[in-house]
Amino acid sequence: MLEIRFHGRAGQGIVTAAELLAEAAAMEGKYSQAFPFFGSEKRGPPVTSYCRIDSRPILIHEEIEKPDLVIVAEPSVLAEVQVDAGLKKEGQLIVNSSQPKEKIHLNGHSFSVVNGTDIALKYFKKPITNTVMLGALCKLTGIVKLDSIKKAISNRFPEKIAALNIKAIQECYDAIPSGPSGGF
Amino acid sequence: MVVKTLNGAKAVAEAVKNCQPDVVACYPITPSTHIAEEMNHYYANGDTKTFIAVESEFSAISALIGGAATGARTFTATSSQGLLLMHEALFNAAGMRLPIVMVVANRAVSAPLSIWNDEQDSMSQRDTGWIQLYCKNNQEAVDSVIQAFEIAETTLLPVMVCIDGHYLTHAVGQVNIPPQSEVQDVLPPFKPKIFLDPENPLSLGVYTNPSHYQEFREDLHNDLLQSKEKIIEIGKKFGKRFLRTYGLFEEYKLKDAEFVLVGLGSVMDNVKATVNELRNENQKVGALHLRCFRPFPSEELKKILSGKTIGVIERDLSLGAQPPLYTEIVEALQGTNTIVSSFFGGLGGRNLDRTAIKVLFQKIKSKKPLKEWIAQQKGDQK
Repeated sequence: MLEIRFHGRAGQGIVTAAELLAEAAAMEGKYSQAFPFFGSEKRGPPVTSYCRIDSRPILIHEEIEKPDLVIVAEPSVLAEVQVDAGLKKEGQLIVNSSQPKEKIHLNGHSFSVVNGTDIALKYFKKPITNTVMLGALCKLTGIVKLDSIKKAISNRFPEKIAALNIKAIQECYDAIPSGPSGGF
Repeated sequence: MVVKTLNGAKAVAEAVKNCQPDVVACYPITPSTHIAEEMNHYYANGDTKTFIAVESEFSAISALIGGAATGARTFTATSSQGLLLMHEALFNAAGMRLPIVMVVANRAVSAPLSIWNDEQDSMSQRDTGWIQLYCKNNQEAVDSVIQAFEIAETTLLPVMVCIDGHYLTHAVGQVNIPPQSEVQDVLPPFKPKIFLDPENPLSLGVYTNPSHYQEFREDLHNDLLQSKEKIIEIGKKFGKRFLRTYGLFEEYKLKDAEFVLVGLGSVMDNVKATVNELRNENQKVGALHLRCFRPFPSEELKKILSGKTIGVIERDLSLGAQPPLYTEIVEALQGTNTIVSSFFGGLGGRNLDRTAIKVLFQKIKSKKPLKEWIAQQKGDQK
């Protein structure tokens, strides 16, 4: 079973990101589960969401303590949340940031940096990075196909918004040079 | 059968829509879940007959009491403080023998304010005369809602289908939702013998003198106890059609188990997963998910639990006394040689994972009856 944790801020679609990933995995014939953890229902505070993907039915209802993959959609949470808590040694960590990698300090776990906010601002005029980061997830991990994420987006959003999101994730996907890299 | 990837609230709402209730009344503000929103959506699209957007949960249940009294199939959903606001009318619904179906998305009660899961809300309504079915996962929630309408309408008792807030209502996953055409195979139309009708005037829920009141309450009590048979029968019928059979409880690797955790709700799926892990280490452990808390299946539980070492795990309290499920299990096992421990906690959404459950199995192995809070796991403080 693959366990994925998303970090971001309320209002950035972090819960939706986990749900879209679960829906994409289901389209590929896998079993999946997505659920959120947020504080009071307001914009701004840190939000965590979870996604599990497996070839067998998932019959547990518990938070993910030891993820295989962590996605940080909002760079400012790095100062407040220990994003690599419990992350498996061989697990992957993908951070959205406009800073160069050497300026980001994490507790020793290796990580990839993606400048998702610039792409989000270009398409949405707002730093809503949930779908963009799913583009990065597809490219860097290969957990699901980009096409499946696109289909999940088309199923969920009205046509115009879906089209914009699909362009944004494609740009993020293309901007990352390497293909799937280890672990999965 | 149609397998969909969606959250528990949406799955339940779709199942309710496929049961075609005549009247749905909901108050769709927190602590309500998106079940109300979805039912409103179905109504707006012409997929259901009536949706009354009321101004409070008290009005929601009152509207359904009126609706059910005219012979309509009725549904509402609520949570936490919303359920507590219904309290007074819940007794009326049961006493007037109105077969209302309600989904309770179990959420903690104030104060302090919390929107997260535990079962203090529905447990506090256990003496209102409603049937209470608890679900481990969203598949059971969908299936139980469909069965609930027939259970209610054949026993003339209202039914609460309880599903854990957040852990189930907000969790997206794969759920098999029988379409309306298939629901019709198991759910007959509701045709009550007695209902409010201007052509044939009668009174429901009238005043009684001391010479009669108690007989009505005795009837209600006895009929609630007897409804166990219908719950089993309808659960079996559902299983024949959809290959998922239901009863009063689910035994898991129980027969040869020496150490058993008993509980209800989504935590019991985690307990089952823990049993699998411990069985791999040749430990004689098992689980029992109590689906039907009201009526309480005392005799049935006595038969299968006697002589084992039991831990009762529950996300609720009876403030100033012992927790409700533990008390009832102890009563059921009176006079048998059974060691029963009580573990309570996981309140307000606190995680009860396999690590925590393994600790409980370890504790009951001491074969001493314990009564204690479930300790918070390291790393849970957010």
